[in-house]
Amino acid sequence: MDVAVKNDTQVVDEPWRGFVEGRWQKEVDVRDFIQRNYTPYEGDDSFVCGATDRIKALWAKLQPLLAEEREKGILDVSQIPSGITAHAPGYIDKDLELIVGLQTDAPLKRAIMPYGGWRMVEASLEAYGYKADPRVAEIFTKYRKTHNAGVFDAYTPSILACRKSGIITGLPDAYGRGRIIGDYRRVALYGVDFLIAAKKREKAELNDVHSTEDVIRAREELAEQIRSLVELKEMAANYGFDISKPAATAQQAVQWTYFGYLAAIKQQNGAAMSVGRVSTFLDVYFERDLKEGRITEQFAQEIMDDFVMKLRIVRFLRTPEYNELFSGDPVWATESIGGMAEDGRTLVTKTSFRMLNTLYTLGPAPEPNLTVFWTPALPEGFKRFCAKVSIDTSSIQYESDELMRPRWGDDCAIACCVSAMRVGKQMQFFGARVNLAKTMLYAINGGRDEISGEQVGPVLPPLEGDYLDYDTVMARLDTMMDWLAKTYVNALNIIHYMHDKYAYEAIEMALHDRDILRTMACGIAGLSHAADSLSAIKYAKVKVVRDERGLIVDYITEGDFPCYGNNDDRADEIATSLVTAMMDKIRKYPTYRNAMHTQSVLTITSNVVYGKKTGSTPDGRKKGEPFAPGANPSNQKDTHGALAAMMSVAKIPYEDAADGISLTLSYSPSALGSSEERTEKLKGSLDAYFGSEGFHVNVNVLNRDMLIDAMEHPEKYPQLTIRVSGYAVNFVKLTREQQMDVINRTFHGSM
Amino acid sequence: MATRLSGSRYELKVQSGATQSGGPDHFAIHEADLEDIADNEDQQLVGYIHSYEMGSAVDGPGIRAVVFLSGCLMRCQYCHNPDTWHKLHGTPTTAGDLMAELKKYVRPLTLSKGGVTISGGEPLVQHRFAKRILRRCKELGLHTALDTCGRLGEKLSDEELMDVDLNLLDIKSGDPDTYYRVTHQPLQPTLDYAKRLSDLNRPTWVRFVLVPGLTDDYDNVERVADITASIRSVERVDVLRFHQMGRSKWDALNLKYPLADAVPPSNELTERVKEQFRARGLKVY
Repeated sequence: MDVAVKNDTQVVDEPWRGFVEGRWQKEVDVRDFIQRNYTPYEGDDSFVCGATDRIKALWAKLQPLLAEEREKGILDVSQIPSGITAHAPGYIDKDLELIVGLQTDAPLKRAIMPYGGWRMVEASLEAYGYKADPRVAEIFTKYRKTHNAGVFDAYTPSILACRKSGIITGLPDAYGRGRIIGDYRRVALYGVDFLIAAKKREKAELNDVHSTEDVIRAREELAEQIRSLVELKEMAANYGFDISKPAATAQQAVQWTYFGYLAAIKQQNGAAMSVGRVSTFLDVYFERDLKEGRITEQFAQEIMDDFVMKLRIVRFLRTPEYNELFSGDPVWATESIGGMAEDGRTLVTKTSFRMLNTLYTLGPAPEPNLTVFWTPALPEGFKRFCAKVSIDTSSIQYESDELMRPRWGDDCAIACCVSAMRVGKQMQFFGARVNLAKTMLYAINGGRDEISGEQVGPVLPPLEGDYLDYDTVMARLDTMMDWLAKTYVNALNIIHYMHDKYAYEAIEMALHDRDILRTMACGIAGLSHAADSLSAIKYAKVKVVRDERGLIVDYITEGDFPCYGNNDDRADEIATSLVTAMMDKIRKYPTYRNAMHTQSVLTITSNVVYGKKTGSTPDGRKKGEPFAPGANPSNQKDTHGALAAMMSVAKIPYEDAADGISLTLSYSPSALGSSEERTEKLKGSLDAYFGSEGFHVNVNVLNRDMLIDAMEHPEKYPQLTIRVSGYAVNFVKLTREQQMDVINRTFHGSM
Repeated sequence: MATRLSGSRYELKVQSGATQSGGPDHFAIHEADLEDIADNEDQQLVGYIHSYEMGSAVDGPGIRAVVFLSGCLMRCQYCHNPDTWHKLHGTPTTAGDLMAELKKYVRPLTLSKGGVTISGGEPLVQHRFAKRILRRCKELGLHTALDTCGRLGEKLSDEELMDVDLNLLDIKSGDPDTYYRVTHQPLQPTLDYAKRLSDLNRPTWVRFVLVPGLTDDYDNVERVADITASIRSVERVDVLRFHQMGRSKWDALNLKYPLADAVPPSNELTERVKEQFRARGLKVY
């Protein structure tokens, strides 16, 4: 193939040749560039190419390493504290790679990132049989404070008690917060020198502004950003590339973009390190190269395959406890695909297809977290291809272009699972989530934890009598939610203050505008159990069971009650009003850096751990049993079919859960009809949901029997991918409890 | 109506019935099954519903809301919902209440290019109720399908048939003796109904359940294929492979399951049968 393209010098002098001119040339404005230059594609998938022998050979090189990693937990680790230029260049196979760059000097070798917290590093190393380098330990415990250390200096006793009881869980106080998307496309479109100049201008504008705390911080951050951009250039130079100037070919555009992303994942171990919305941007370059006769369709696919292969081997060093919450080494290298432009043209391009096609060329995989922005208005050919890929690989998630575009514009992308943000113009302060079901139990038990018996929340008088009264419980819940919201926002302010101070994401923020929108992304878990429990209290009779400590620890529910997930307003309105009430309470507490308050209804795989830490609930769920994931109805409680469940979830108002509402659906293949019809059926189902204000859905098309077989014989299913709340995971990498949870969930259409 | 419907088609439903379930009495056709329900305003017109399922992908085009009415005259050996045989075992529901439920789904059903399917049991046992629902669905602009075996086809007038956008016609066998053995009912009414569908040019999908040792005889299939091909408005044929998933309901109802030992058809047999339909130029799924 045209490896010569790699060193093509004639074109470098004119990187913007053939592009439609505009504002984007004068200032950093990638959206303007895309809108003026992209080619919408309304056709079908007939043009896409399969895998070449070169790609197959490269992928094969990784297989023994991946197998060894599966067995050992991690393959190898470098104890040089990671940074953009901390490690020498690494390759899978230098001669075979079209796109280069690894986090360390060897594939799958993990780096330590101690700025987030030393404890996390030490515990992770120990868990995998390594001993921490004493010199590095000394630096990060004696001389250099970490984010984690800062947070615990400022935490209050109340926050610590909530953390311990599990009413607030998963807080990014010991590792990188993530959920920031650098606009990596800027590296390709402008080259790093242009970006440095722009940042210098932004900084110079502050020279005459009075030095308040905010201004001092902004100047320091801009200085850090500029330094990180210089390091980015140096890192690329080490790989033999000069990225000071814009990319001049498609291969360069992908390489430059990936270098931007690579710098970010070398610098930060973020909870989610998403890619953004690069496919349609890159398509402009592919189209130009194809027109110039520089590349073939096959080569275009190969470049994307190479790129995606890199995104599949991003690794962070994390503890087994972290894995219990978020299983299977997720990185959330989320890439947002498709959607419509504000002027009504589709943003689908041929590269949208090429990106999805990597699930065939390289096989199914959880990463990158491929996210399609769906609306019934998408071109039919693209919709059909998405549905087909979903059915074949269960590796795609869908989010509503209809709900996101009016709010965040047509150049927003998903960070992590369901968090939409304008690329390069917005970031979030990731806030994990609070346990709403447990909060309800605290309301019943007057602030005492139903498991430990400790007083965690505010003291309320003990409930009298054997039966629960709806109005009484609701009034107490209101008090408890007030307290929780206050404690929660309090904790998040501390976390993000310290993160900015000790573990600032310099390169990611260098690829943002200076003045951005920040959101404070709160979250809730256990929604269905809280709603169904309240419905039971309201519509049936709930008798309490007290233990010797006087704690209410179990419930006997007499009679029927409507459950969330059946499109029955009696139950659904309880769920939606809980979401709105929680949001209103969160909004009362001012946030760090005046971030906009948002929340998500998302659990990822933490629904299992949350359930484990929560006592029995009046809806019939027993102590320790998993929660339903995300905004899903509870298992077996959504008895009226998939569409009823979808309509219930779609009632949760996006304005009160603007950080996303997650639904995971599993179909057995036969439930989608005969093999010839499934694509149309799934497409119809997605149109129905997203045309009715649904926000997000993970689609699995899997046989339960196959999952059971995969539990017994994991070696047979190394690439079996399944979507859980907000991301995808290799099924065989889930803990056994999580595997059981997936299997026990409602499979629509099966018995 | 105070009672709320719950559950999918897979749920065993006998609890609300007037007659005790189980044994020979369950197998018999009850007098009440044959009685017409009283004609009334929507809020007083009461039908008996086994269950409904929102979002089915296997009961007609697109995504469907499927209403399973209780009551059936057939006693098919392979019936996988024997708890739908008796009308009064269903949950009494007014047409008004059912329509209020269906109305919630007009937008998603339309977006998916689907609609409402009335199934059963045999939905025409409660023809008055079924027809009212079909009419009201048409008034909402919804696509309608009727999942019927044709046994009670005469209950639908030509005009009423116009409210059915798609007939899912179950032809259980082509040979009259086999038909009787499978269903305990005669074949002729189904033939009459098929002819009317053809004469009136009403869109039809034919369904045939393939059970090895019961319906797979070559000549029997030939006859089903002939009947199918004689319907000029037929659009497709679904050859449904027998499965054992209905068995638990027979056991739960203390009924002897005649097909306890039957196995699903092999791929070869399925292909042979599909080919018999294809040979007549039919589109087979």
